[in-house]
Amino acid sequence: MPTLQIREALREAIDEEMARDERVFVMGEEVGHYNGAYKVTQGLLDKYGEKRVVDTPIAETGFAGVGVGAAMAGLRPIIEFMTFNFSAVAFDQILNQAAKVRGLTAGQFTVPLVFRGPNGAAHMLGSTHSQAFESFYCGFPGVKVISVATPYDAKGLLKSAIRDENPVIFFESEVMYSVKGEVPEGEYLIPIGVADIKRPGNDVTVITWGQGVPVALKSAELAAADGIDCEVIDLRTLRPLDDEAVFQSVRKTNRVAMIYHGWPYGGTGAEVADRIARVCFDHLDAPVERCCYEDVNMAYAENLENLVIPSPERGLEAIRKVNYYRI
Amino acid sequence: MNADTLTPPRAVVAASSASKGTVHNQDEVIRYYREMLRIRRFEEAAARAYTQGKISGFLHLYIGQEAIAVGTAARMKPGDRVVTTYRDHGFAISLGCSANACMAELFGRKTGLVGGVGGSMHFFDRARGLWGGHAIVGSHVPVATGHAFASKYLGDGAVTLCFLGEGAMHIGATHEGMNLAGLWRLPIVFVIENNHYAMGTPLSRQTAQPDLTVRAPAYNLARDRWVVDDVFETRDRLGAAIDKARNGEPSLLELLTYRFRGHSMSDPAKYRGKDEVDEWRERDPLNVSEKELREIHGLSDEAMEEFDDAIIEEMDAALQFADESPLPDPEYRFRNHYVEDDT
Repeated sequence: MPTLQIREALREAIDEEMARDERVFVMGEEVGHYNGAYKVTQGLLDKYGEKRVVDTPIAETGFAGVGVGAAMAGLRPIIEFMTFNFSAVAFDQILNQAAKVRGLTAGQFTVPLVFRGPNGAAHMLGSTHSQAFESFYCGFPGVKVISVATPYDAKGLLKSAIRDENPVIFFESEVMYSVKGEVPEGEYLIPIGVADIKRPGNDVTVITWGQGVPVALKSAELAAADGIDCEVIDLRTLRPLDDEAVFQSVRKTNRVAMIYHGWPYGGTGAEVADRIARVCFDHLDAPVERCCYEDVNMAYAENLENLVIPSPERGLEAIRKVNYYRI
Repeated sequence: MNADTLTPPRAVVAASSASKGTVHNQDEVIRYYREMLRIRRFEEAAARAYTQGKISGFLHLYIGQEAIAVGTAARMKPGDRVVTTYRDHGFAISLGCSANACMAELFGRKTGLVGGVGGSMHFFDRARGLWGGHAIVGSHVPVATGHAFASKYLGDGAVTLCFLGEGAMHIGATHEGMNLAGLWRLPIVFVIENNHYAMGTPLSRQTAQPDLTVRAPAYNLARDRWVVDDVFETRDRLGAAIDKARNGEPSLLELLTYRFRGHSMSDPAKYRGKDEVDEWRERDPLNVSEKELREIHGLSDEAMEEFDDAIIEEMDAALQFADESPLPDPEYRFRNHYVEDDT
């Protein structure tokens, strides 16, 4: 099986979908002539031309809105945010247009649209460029939210996102574009809304997604050395959530640690913990533990940043903590 | 009327093309007059229902601006679309949505234009070319640019008409949408309906430059600017911009107009004087058309009353239809958020 980087897997997904459907186009800053800030769209301008690989000025509100308007009129846009930090200035277009149009128009219009780009802290970029946005975009109905961690998932889920009839927020990671993994040749799709067990185990359920996945897997390895057998669940889709996959694992292990990039207040981590508490209360042998960002704005200095973001060691602490309650 | 004559001095007697000596086809004058009157009477009926507590939320009336919606509809071709603000009833009526469906939407009923989920600010009728109904100021400008982007991409020949208030000229989304439309030479016409007040703030306290079309060359958009005192002039100047757009030349137009009611039903409009309102009443295109019908085409009082009676009857029937319509089904609140909700 061929081995691809995540950026190459994403590119294959976009390329295949553009070849398959003429209504699919890519738009964003530096996606064309510059070949992509992170090279995801490299070569697509040469192949498809300026009509379908559209460079924009620095205007997130403008091109996010153009994406919504174009989708309403029959196209299938892939809108790239250079990073999701910049989507903050387009938030109105996502919240009040993309997410609302279908309901507001009683189904007269659909918005088949993908907003994609890197999300979460990269490395020493300071507070404005180191944010995780899933808590914002999962916080309202009308959009689907995906967060990928492997080349296989990246390709299969991006293809599904492009074909989906609803607006989809698609999170990647700056620090993971070069991560390699096996990607089968030829076409495949991964359904939206289905979690994936990245490591099976029996003692502790470790829930994670996106940039948290490699951290969680490393934490599970460290825990294994302690004799704790972790099951690592990658949610992959954050809205709609695959509740059943989570509950099934929790009923087996009775202990949950969550390891993810994101703030602790509210958000996806809190939502998952709440659902587990409500549905699996009788199965829990310990309170759900969460290892995520500390509740601070990110500092630039490396030592400070490393304290704030989840590390395999901090993840291990969370796993040990829930395991401490074993009867 | 040429806008340059307005500022300064502000006091200008209405000089419509009719009073300038142009005699229009009588049937056409009647048609536009009746369409403008239908919008006005619809709005008056809605205002009454609001004061009776039958309509809630925000209700922004189009009274005074009707000639713009009517002139636009007269120059649109099938496939063209209007993207407008929350002051959207006039376009719905002029584009052929039934008064019944519009009124039922205001009443929050199942039979409303969008099934009662939108209300006054969110009218949509895709088939008739009404693409919103947008309630966040300026937010729809890039969306409209996206519609025009799709038209160019698909080569469907459609023109997008994006209406905005002068208050929307000072928010970032408007600038971004217009810049992209100019950059990509999209088939779009941006029409500022300058009714002189953003809620209660006059234009003089919104921006230092009173002529909003000076921004057009900054985006390489064609420009035009006039006082809306005559439905024919408004139709023709809008039509010229629509033709340009269809040939790949986008425009920014500023139409100086006036709303005779407050910003919404909760606004008594105490920020402006009676003299100013009276001055604009003289330019009211509905009155100008009525004058033309009476004085040039010689229509009798009885004939004019007949028009009005029929329209009042239509609007009374719409009120009754809305009042008697069922509420949306409880389950309907779960519908349409995602495509899967429908299956």
